[in-house]
Amino acid sequence: MYRSHVLVCGGTGCTSSGSQQIMEALTAELEKKGLQNEISVVQTGCHGLCALGPIMIVYPDASFYSMVKVEDIPEIVEEHLLKGRVVTRLLYQETVTSSGVKALIDTDFYKKQHRIALRNCGVINPEVIEEYIGTGGYQALGTVLTEMTPDDVIQVLLDSGLRGRGGGGFPTGLKWKLARQNEADQKYVCCNADEGDPGAFMDRSVLEGDPHALIEAMIIAGYAIGATQGYVYVRAEYPIAVDRLNIAIEQAREFELLGKDIFGSGFDFDLDIRLGAGAFVCGEETALMTSIEGHRGEPRPRPPFPAQKGLFGKPTILNNVETYANIPQIILNGAEWFASMGTEKSKGTKVFALGGKIHNTGLVEVPMGTTLRTVIDEIGGGIPNGKKFKAAQTGGPSGGCIPAEHFDIPIDYDNLIAIGSMMGSGGLIVMDEDDCMVDIAKFFLEFTVEESCGKCTPCRVGTKRMLEILEKVTKGNAVLEDLDKLEELCYYIKNNSLCGLGQTAPNPVLSTLRYFRDEYEAHIKEKKCPSGVCKALLSYHIDAGKCKGCTLCARVCPNGAISGSVKNPHVIDLDKCIKCGACMDKCKFGAIYKQ
Amino acid sequence: MKSLEELKAIREKMQGQVSLRGEDHDNTRVVVGMATCGIASGARPVLNTLATLVQEKGLTGKIAVTQTGCIGLCQYEPIVEVMEPGKTKVTYIKMNSEKAAEVVERHLIGGHIVEAYTLSGADIK
Repeated sequence: MYRSHVLVCGGTGCTSSGSQQIMEALTAELEKKGLQNEISVVQTGCHGLCALGPIMIVYPDASFYSMVKVEDIPEIVEEHLLKGRVVTRLLYQETVTSSGVKALIDTDFYKKQHRIALRNCGVINPEVIEEYIGTGGYQALGTVLTEMTPDDVIQVLLDSGLRGRGGGGFPTGLKWKLARQNEADQKYVCCNADEGDPGAFMDRSVLEGDPHALIEAMIIAGYAIGATQGYVYVRAEYPIAVDRLNIAIEQAREFELLGKDIFGSGFDFDLDIRLGAGAFVCGEETALMTSIEGHRGEPRPRPPFPAQKGLFGKPTILNNVETYANIPQIILNGAEWFASMGTEKSKGTKVFALGGKIHNTGLVEVPMGTTLRTVIDEIGGGIPNGKKFKAAQTGGPSGGCIPAEHFDIPIDYDNLIAIGSMMGSGGLIVMDEDDCMVDIAKFFLEFTVEESCGKCTPCRVGTKRMLEILEKVTKGNAVLEDLDKLEELCYYIKNNSLCGLGQTAPNPVLSTLRYFRDEYEAHIKEKKCPSGVCKALLSYHIDAGKCKGCTLCARVCPNGAISGSVKNPHVIDLDKCIKCGACMDKCKFGAIYKQ
Repeated sequence: MKSLEELKAIREKMQGQVSLRGEDHDNTRVVVGMATCGIASGARPVLNTLATLVQEKGLTGKIAVTQTGCIGLCQYEPIVEVMEPGKTKVTYIKMNSEKAAEVVERHLIGGHIVEAYTLSGADIK
């Protein structure tokens, strides 16, 4: 028994900011002080506040240390772990108040969150199955297998109102019901963990922080639809997630939670991992199944839907990681509990990966219907450097931008579609006044052009033509008619593409055209990029009145484009300037401007 | 795993440990003085006994065992303070592991203050 647990985040975010070294230093220091039998060091999954990593939490007093450095460890061990004096200086400063230390759940970042899918992330050691069981894990599976019929399980899901968290928002219970109704000698349960949207990392965090929740839910799914084999399709770019999932599957087999006659119910189920090789299109359900079968990952037309003919031609269900992570909790707490959260048609919570121009980069889980303002301003801590909010991008390359005018709209599936975006898997990228919306649209389109599998013409050729028009716009060579052509192409591609990738690829362009048409027009008519991003439309100049002639800019210019003598104003040769901005960063007098 | 009982046994074994990581056990706090004076007079075994017993008895959801610094009564260390919501703080002095176990049994579980070990009740001339 340990008197205190020190939790160190081992998610990808904190690992890249050095949490492994923190763990090692901590373990060594505890041994040095002879505390190794009193204090346990626990590696956990993501705690959400990735911007402040590496993160370390000391229990039972729940002191939250952020941005921990190896050289801080001896002080924390000596002062806090031995003598009980919290090292306030190193705490997450949000938790420090004049009257003492405030609980983490009272901080702005956590106060409005409600963690269901992420409930164990950052709390348990994902590599120890007993810790998952200790927090109520596999209890839902036990209840399902010993007390409920498959139809009962499906009914609970239908009543709960749970919809697919991968982005489409299809009712999960209905999906399972359709698969159950189709008779077959073999059925399959699949999990889509091929999270490919730029800026999204919700599924990775669940896999890394609470892999058993996924396993438990997939066994429940198998029982509900009558399948005995499951596959988790996870991208190979998530090495930590793959490792932990492998460990978790092994442990579940050891505990006979996977295998034959689970809980003495006569029900058999096993689970295997298939690694994706990084093709975005494999996140599309038919392409994913084709890839599991061992073929080139390309989509096929639907119908037949996977519930009729899916993997290996058998009835199959495919759900996303976050969807599964909700299911054990729904079984344990009941459909009504889940349905009491959220909006009329979107129940429960949603995990968002906050990124871009925002203070608290990281992972948050909020009830459906929370406004963008709450997520960005309150939980996310607003936009750094006092800049103005311009737009939030949801749904990655399939979604769109939400402008400031919709800042107070409650986020749910239907509202987001109504304003031209979509829920997507939950990436939420915040943009401020320095971001050019044409450039953003171009970025996402470059991604889809790259990732289009090429099977159908509208997507393969159409997105490429769209990108060419956008390149013309950002270079200042476009005419206004190009925008009409662009819009026409958008609708054509949406209506004629084979799979979701092509059908949604025009969304970033359509939504920026809808809300930021003036920016497109500024590029075309005035040959200017209002945010100063598109290089072809920019030029750097020196304000002769402010320039002191310090020569610093001339020295940093990599192309020798700046000339001038000491104590005299300098000049930029626009023909030589490569617009790298190095001079502007270095100038101490603010004499260099771009226009 | 062949039965719910098996699962329950593992859960109960782990619960005391995992619920140590709760955020909301602001019910009762048991605080052990772990400054230099406390450590020198033997506060560490007291702290460990308290922490272990609270976990073994499955009380981590209700009681948090933590350390604190020196409260100024160095000659009475090891000192253990029990703070229950809505009640006056109880200060136990000159503690050791055996006395700590008694406090867990009689005070934290039984609800009766062990007067003989408190600052006001102990013979401290």
